[in-house]
Amino acid sequence: MKVSASDYLVFDQETKTYREDAEQKVRDDVEKHYWLHVGRTVVKDWRLYIMIVPMFLVFLFWRYFPMYELLGCFKVSDQVLPVSQQLFSGFSYFKRLLVSGDALSVEFWRALRNTFILSFYGLCFGFPVPIILALFFNEVRSNIARSVYQVLTYLPKFLSTVVMTTLIAMLVKQGAITTSYGILSQFLEKLGLISHEVAQAGLLNNPHFFRGIYELSGIWETAGYGSIVYFAAIIAISPTSYEAAQIDGANKMAQMKYVVLPSILSTIVIMLITRIGSLLSIGYEKVLLLYNPNTYVTGDVVSTFAQRYGLQGAAKGIASAAEMMNNVIGMLLVIGANTISRKASNVSLY
Amino acid sequence: MKRKLETTELIFKIISYLFLTMFSIMCLYPLVFAVSASISGRQAVEYSQVVLLPKQIQFEAFRRMFNDNMFWNSYSNTLFITLYGTLWAMLTSILGAYALSKKRLLFRKFFNFFLVFTMWFSAGIVPQYLNYLNTKAVFNGMGIMDDKWLVVIAMGMAAMNVILLRNAFENVPSEIEEAAIVDGATEFQVLSKVYIPMSKSTIATVALFFAISRWNGYFWARQMITNQNEHPLMVFIRLKLEEFTDAEAMAGWNEAYASDSVIYALIVCSIVPILIIYPFIQKYFAKGVNVGGVKE
Repeated sequence: MKVSASDYLVFDQETKTYREDAEQKVRDDVEKHYWLHVGRTVVKDWRLYIMIVPMFLVFLFWRYFPMYELLGCFKVSDQVLPVSQQLFSGFSYFKRLLVSGDALSVEFWRALRNTFILSFYGLCFGFPVPIILALFFNEVRSNIARSVYQVLTYLPKFLSTVVMTTLIAMLVKQGAITTSYGILSQFLEKLGLISHEVAQAGLLNNPHFFRGIYELSGIWETAGYGSIVYFAAIIAISPTSYEAAQIDGANKMAQMKYVVLPSILSTIVIMLITRIGSLLSIGYEKVLLLYNPNTYVTGDVVSTFAQRYGLQGAAKGIASAAEMMNNVIGMLLVIGANTISRKASNVSLY
Repeated sequence: MKRKLETTELIFKIISYLFLTMFSIMCLYPLVFAVSASISGRQAVEYSQVVLLPKQIQFEAFRRMFNDNMFWNSYSNTLFITLYGTLWAMLTSILGAYALSKKRLLFRKFFNFFLVFTMWFSAGIVPQYLNYLNTKAVFNGMGIMDDKWLVVIAMGMAAMNVILLRNAFENVPSEIEEAAIVDGATEFQVLSKVYIPMSKSTIATVALFFAISRWNGYFWARQMITNQNEHPLMVFIRLKLEEFTDAEAMAGWNEAYASDSVIYALIVCSIVPILIIYPFIQKYFAKGVNVGGVKE
């Protein structure tokens, strides 16, 4: 569309003449011929746009295409046909899982509850440990000693889930007639914490111990690494703050309460919100490697439920529906936690 | 007053040292035990006489592993996946993060959301599995029959790592870039000569994150790699554990060493490379967490 120049004439007070408002003209041109402008910019700056293509494609193919496959939860699942050609089934899988009350539904509710409980215990017991570790690291004045402690406590984070679960399986394994049971079970039995029969049967076969093993190994794995953030916040505290507190007669506990804790509080709040946001994203790999049919009662989570029915079995639609619910609730938690964080402390995580 | 201050401080110090020492021992002990049990004799392992130091020392379990072609196969597969997987992920992440760090990029908000949304919502195991099957079919159609390439190309990208890189690139002063452009540098030269050298520590950290996750990857490799010869080490370890805890399969075990020793030997072999590079990378690791700190 042709624009007459007169539209952009503005009266200049200084020179007492009319002149063209060039900036406004460019802005309007861009608006009128937006896609032409886009095309020109991309051609002019093609190198920049080439650069983003590989990453875009990787995420599109292997993060967004699966979301399309997820629509299978609304379709009659059929292994032969692709999702686009399957018949629409509405919410039948969701109804079956949530309200039908049959064995599958009971199992799904159990998995959902276990998911919540496992992450909630992780939040209650796993969350404070890194903070405590960081406080203790701060007490170690010798740099060499502290480095040794740090190197050792970060180490488990580098081990793979397979190595960790294999070690656990070996340490608490069941005893056969010819061999004795795992060394950790023996130790616990000596302490009187578990009976001989329980130790002999293997702790991983006992549903009462699944959550404990899961949480303790989680703390073992992540506590040292998780303390890095808090320790960085603690060493950023100026020494003058401590001195001022000491002059005021504050003892160690009072210093903790009035100097250290307020300084790391914002870090704690942020980490807590992140943690709450990821309440439903349990690491399925670890559960999958640790659980067995004996411990489904306490160990089965939604992801492993889906894996069992969708990958080992052929109930892809049911499995997709289960994961859909889990992930939608998870996403709402993330967004909710983020919104609260932004409102409360003006800190947004994303 | 003075005296009381000293006692509380002393008590707190003692508790700190005690707790840290205990925790450190807890972190180290399973690994030491694995080493000891892998080189101890059959009776010592099966009757739990090994507590800390090896007894009735033998190296047969290691020899068995080293003579197993499948073990070396899986080891080289893991090296392959770690090397190419890290290179591929770093290449796509660095290029993408560089473009995202530029304010003049059109649809920048869309691209950022495109990335961050994958951190909020993931499709889940079953849809991902179906999607990988499709990918596999496409790859096979293109003549790539080696499933390792599927693991390298399709898996292990992480939005978080791209964002770490983007933040690092955004912190590079734009004056340096402008100077380089005045000197006639192209976009790729600006990236390789200015941005990459100036954000070395973040790049090292992110490369480390990718490499560790590649070395340790298990689930999808097991799901997608059908050919046994292409299994990475972690899958190999898990399959051995499943085989060795099967009572029927193990009934005929009459070697001079315990079957457990073989598993422990495998674990030791798989963590030795990590232990060797660990002291060098540990300082980057600590830095990376701070780099990944919150954006206000």
